[in-house]
Amino acid sequence: MASLRVRPEHSGPPELYYNEVEASRYASNSHILSIQAEMAERALELLALPEDKSAFILDVGCGSGMSGEVLTNADHFWIGLDISLPMLKIASADKDAQDNSDYVWQDMGAGVPFRPGTFDGAISISAIQWLCHANSKKENPRKRLHDFFQSLYASLARGSRAVFQFYPENEQQVDLIMSQATKAGFNGGLVVDYPESTKAKKVYLVLMTGGVANLPPSLSCDEPRKSQVDNTERTFTISGRRDSKPAKGSKAWIEAKRQRMVRKGRDVRHESKYSGRKRKPKF
Amino acid sequence: MKLLTHNFMSSRFLKGVNEGYPLRLHVTKMENRDVEFNAEFVKNIMSKCDYGALRTACESINEASKLPANLPDDLSEHDDILRELHRVLFCIEVIEGELECPDTGRRFPIHDSIPNLLVEDNE
Repeated sequence: MASLRVRPEHSGPPELYYNEVEASRYASNSHILSIQAEMAERALELLALPEDKSAFILDVGCGSGMSGEVLTNADHFWIGLDISLPMLKIASADKDAQDNSDYVWQDMGAGVPFRPGTFDGAISISAIQWLCHANSKKENPRKRLHDFFQSLYASLARGSRAVFQFYPENEQQVDLIMSQATKAGFNGGLVVDYPESTKAKKVYLVLMTGGVANLPPSLSCDEPRKSQVDNTERTFTISGRRDSKPAKGSKAWIEAKRQRMVRKGRDVRHESKYSGRKRKPKF
Repeated sequence: MKLLTHNFMSSRFLKGVNEGYPLRLHVTKMENRDVEFNAEFVKNIMSKCDYGALRTACESINEASKLPANLPDDLSEHDDILRELHRVLFCIEVIEGELECPDTGRRFPIHDSIPNLLVEDNE
């Protein structure tokens, strides 16, 4: 269950959680890598950018640049924003992405540091839930979300979208994020992919600027895209009873039956070296 | 940090700053990189770029000699200008230096080509 899993945002502020050790561990985990890339691809799809055109994208909470790699492969230029310097260092060391990206060390709760109308779209993979937690007395999650959404709304070009993938902890968290986004002027809502599956379920917040548009349909099918390994069924059974019972007709079975009869007080033959032996063939 | 990023950056997130643009650029170390030229993208991005701010930034690092004082209306016919814009926007990498808020004078250090825009709660 999701609520039983350890959430890193409960353990402290992101700039302390994603230290050098945790950042390199995170960046080199192939399981995380493939899931992050898959979610980034879906987020890019939900952005609904005009085709065959390089766009200017903001990646909020870019981390070590896993989601950015998807943007680079799609020939977009992107700016990554993150609060963890070790993560940004890993991202900026990637020679393949250097030409198509730039990085800014900034706390998204303080606001997006760009002038109005800059970006053609914004994506964020597993980052916004960090804003819902206060790590010091002065931090007010409501205000930080408000400042973030307001500055993001301004920095997006009219008619563009922002897509956030996140793991909501509970209903209240979703409500808090949604209400602050709406206050900033966004319209949109949640797109939940594979709602019937606990593991493959992914929540995307799709926010749109300017005009009311229909939300894109969510993905749903009986066979969700694999994001985990199946548990193979065990083919053997352990049963205590079968092991303790001797095979019928064997010496142990005869002895057990004899003991049983003795306990009942019946008259039985005594045990000898001939008990349970096969008779010799007679002519 | 590329000059493209600088062209869109603003210090509006500071308290009491409404414009915060353009940030003044102070460079102590920079590098020239080879980046593939994409004429279409340069044209697209120039429609949003503030050319005045770009030219000022280039002048401050002595790279504006080949930039015209005013951009022609139709860039598609001027391949040389597009290539020069591409060079200043994408190829120049600021490694070490500072950004300065034009309104408050607050300075943000750039280290290892990553600008640090973190601020205290009361700023």
